[in-house]
Amino acid sequence: MVPLSYYLVLSAILFACGVAGFLIKRNIITIFMSIELMLNGVNLSFVAFAVEWDKLSGQVFVFFVMVVAAAEAAVGLAIIIALFRTRETLNIDQVNLLKL
Amino acid sequence: MTPNLHLWLIPLLPLAGAAINGLLGKRFSRQAVVSVALAFSFAAFAMALWISARFSTLTLPYQQTLAPWLKSGGFTVDFSFALDQLSLVMLLVVSGVGFLIHIYSVGYMWEESGFYRFFSYLNLFMFFMLTLILAGNYLLMFVGWEGVGLASYLLIGFWFTKDSAAAAGKKAFIVNRIGDFGFLIALFLIIQHFGSLDFQQVFAAAKPFAAETTGAGFLTAIALLLMVGAAGKSAQIPLYVWLPDAMEGPTPVSALIHAATMVTAGVYMVARSHVIFERAPSALTVVAIIGVLTAFFAATIGIAQTDIKKVLAYSTISQLGYMFLACGVAAFSAGIFHLMTHAFFKGLLFLAAGSVIHAVGGEQDMRKMGGLRSKIPVTFWTMTIATFAIAGIPPLAGFFSKDEILWRAYQASWVYWLLGLTTAFITSFYMFRLWFMTFWGEYRGDADASAHGPADGASDSHSHGHGHGHGGIHESPWVMLAPLVILAVLSVVGGWVGVPGSLGGSNRFDKFLSPVFHTTSPSVNGENAQAGAMAPEKEVEGPEPKTGVSTELIFTGVSVAAGFLGLFLAWLLYVRRPELPDQIAASIHGLYGAVANKYWIDELYSWIFVRPLVAISGIVLWRGIDQGVIDATLNGSAGGARDLSDNVRHMQSGNLRSYAGWIAIGAAAVIGYMIWVGTR
Repeated sequence: MVPLSYYLVLSAILFACGVAGFLIKRNIITIFMSIELMLNGVNLSFVAFAVEWDKLSGQVFVFFVMVVAAAEAAVGLAIIIALFRTRETLNIDQVNLLKL
Repeated sequence: MTPNLHLWLIPLLPLAGAAINGLLGKRFSRQAVVSVALAFSFAAFAMALWISARFSTLTLPYQQTLAPWLKSGGFTVDFSFALDQLSLVMLLVVSGVGFLIHIYSVGYMWEESGFYRFFSYLNLFMFFMLTLILAGNYLLMFVGWEGVGLASYLLIGFWFTKDSAAAAGKKAFIVNRIGDFGFLIALFLIIQHFGSLDFQQVFAAAKPFAAETTGAGFLTAIALLLMVGAAGKSAQIPLYVWLPDAMEGPTPVSALIHAATMVTAGVYMVARSHVIFERAPSALTVVAIIGVLTAFFAATIGIAQTDIKKVLAYSTISQLGYMFLACGVAAFSAGIFHLMTHAFFKGLLFLAAGSVIHAVGGEQDMRKMGGLRSKIPVTFWTMTIATFAIAGIPPLAGFFSKDEILWRAYQASWVYWLLGLTTAFITSFYMFRLWFMTFWGEYRGDADASAHGPADGASDSHSHGHGHGHGGIHESPWVMLAPLVILAVLSVVGGWVGVPGSLGGSNRFDKFLSPVFHTTSPSVNGENAQAGAMAPEKEVEGPEPKTGVSTELIFTGVSVAAGFLGLFLAWLLYVRRPELPDQIAASIHGLYGAVANKYWIDELYSWIFVRPLVAISGIVLWRGIDQGVIDATLNGSAGGARDLSDNVRHMQSGNLRSYAGWIAIGAAAVIGYMIWVGTR
C-alpha cells in the first residue's frame, strides 16, 4: 500500500503547481485551469486522508468540492467569454479598468 | 411667609434686551433698538423699586434658590440669589444709574454706527452687574464678576477699528485677569476650609473663628487674595493701570462701567466678605494702606492730566481708594455710602464731561476748552454741582460720605486721616482746575471754526460721531441733559441719608446697613478674653462713637477747609494768575514731569512685566512650545503618516497576481509558523 505521505507530497506538488501557474501566467484560461489544479490537489489529500483513517466524510467533501468547481467553471467560463467579447483579449494585465 | 420676589428676573431682563438687540438689532431702526434697550433696563429698575417698596416686609437676608448647579459629593453650588440691605443699595444704584446712563447714551451715541451693538453690550453689562450684586454664592458672583469684565472689554474696544481702543480693551481684560486669578484662588481656599461657596454658609462657618490678630492664617490668605481680585476690578495699586486707558471707550461707558458701577464691584465684594476680613486684621490693614495710597497717588496724577476724561479716570481711582480705606478700617457702611454718592456724582461728572466733549465737537483736551459756561449752561450747572460734591463741599453728597470715611480713618490711625485729607485737598484742586479750565476764562479751541468738517475729530476718540456737521458749540439735546439733571439732584440730596450725629443727623444709612455689618462682628461672637484685641474694631463698629462729637466737628471743619483751599488754589492758578501753572511746572521740572507722565508706571510695568512676557511668549511659548512642540507633534505625525503611506502604497499596485502572490506568501508564512510551532 502506498503510504499517506506520498499522496500528500503529490497533493502539495499539484497545489504548488497551481499556485505557481496562477501567479505566473497571464492568460486567463490558464489561470482558471491553475485554480482547478489547486482544487484537485486539495481533493487528493482529502481522499488520501479518508482512506487512511477509513472515514467517509473526506470522500463526501471531495464531491462537494467537485460540485463547486463545476459550478465555478460554468460561471467562470461564461465570464471569460463575455470578457473576450468586449475586450478581445485574454491577457489579464490588460483587463485592469478598475485599477487606479 | 416671605413673598416670592423672583429675584432672578432682575438680571435676566437686561439679558433679554441684550439678546434681542444683539441678535436682531441689525435689522431694527434706531428707535426700535432704543425702545428695547430702555424698556428692559427700565424693567430691571422698576423691579428694583418694587422690591425696595416691599423690603420692610421681608425676612432678611432673603435667599432664593432656583436650581442646583454643581454637585460633587457633599459640595453643592446652586443658582441662588440673595437680597439684603447691602445688595438692595447696590441694586438701586446700579439699576437706577444704569437706566439713566442708558437714556443719556441714546443722545450721545445716536450718530454712531454699531448703535444696536452698543446697547446690546450695555444691557449685557447690566445683566452681569446685577448678577454680581444679587448672587447668593461666590461662584455666581464670580460669573457676574467675569461677565462685567467681558462687557467692559467689549465696550472699551467699542471703536475696535482704532488701535488704541482695541489695545486699551485688551489691557483692561488682561490686568483684570491677574485680579481674577487671586479671586479664584480665594474661592478655592474657601471651598477647602468651609466646604461651601454659599454666602450664608461660608459666613456662618467663619463666625466661630477668632480674629487672626497674632499670626496670619488661612482667613488672612483668603482675605488678601480676595483683595487682589478687588484691586484688579476696582483699579487699586498695583493693578490700576487699566482704568485710565479704559477711557478710550465711549463716555457713557466710562460713566456707567468705569465710574459708577463696575469698578465698585471690588468694594462691594470686600464689604460682602466682611465676615472674613474682620477676622483678618492684617489683611484689613493691607486693604486700608492700598486704599489710602491709591487715593493719594492717583489724585496727584490727576493734577497734571490735560485730557478731561483722564482727570476723571484718576479721580475715580482715587475715590475708589477712599472706599477701600473705609473698608480697611472696618467702616464698611461708610465705604458703601461713598460708593453710592460716588456713583451719583462721578457718573454725573462723566456724563457732563461727555456733554462738554459733545459740545466742542469731540475735543477732550481741556487746554482747548474754556469759557463754556454761558454756552452750555445746563451742563455747566450740573457739572458744577458734581464738582462741588466731589470736592466735599457741604451739604452735597460727597461731603457726608468722604467726611465719614475720614473720621473713621482717623479713629484707626492719624496717618490714614492725614493722607486722606491731603487727597481731599488735591481732589478739590484738580476738580476745580478741570472746572475752571473747561468753563471759565476764554475759549481756547477752534470748534466754532471747523466743527463742521469730519477731519476735525480725527485726532480724538470721537471721530466717529462728533465731527459731524452741527454747527459750533451747542448744548446737548434734552435726552442727554435729563439724566444730568436727575443725577445732579441725587448728587445734592444723596448724602442726606447719612448725615452723621455730630451734624444733627442720625446717619440712617449706617443704621440701614447695620444688620449686614454689625451682627457678624467678631467682638460680638468672640470670647471675652479677646475683647482687648477687638477693642479698635469695636469702636469703629459701633453705630456712633460716644466720644468726641466736638472733635468730629473739628475734623469736619478741617476737611471742608481742605475742599475750599483746593477751590481757592485752583482759582488762583487757573483764573487769577493763569501764567503761574506753567512757571510752577517749570520750576519743579522733574517732579512735574513725573506726575505728568503718571510716574512712568506704565513704562515701568512695560519693562518689568510686558516686555519680558512678550519676549517669553514669542521665544519660548510661540516658537518653542507652540511651533516646536505642539505644531511639530501634529505636523510630524501627519508627515510621518504620509511618508509611511507613500512607501506602503506601492503594495496596492492593483495588479491582481501580485495580490495573489502576497496571499501565497502570507499563507506560506502561516504554515511555516505552524510547522515551527508543531516541531518545537
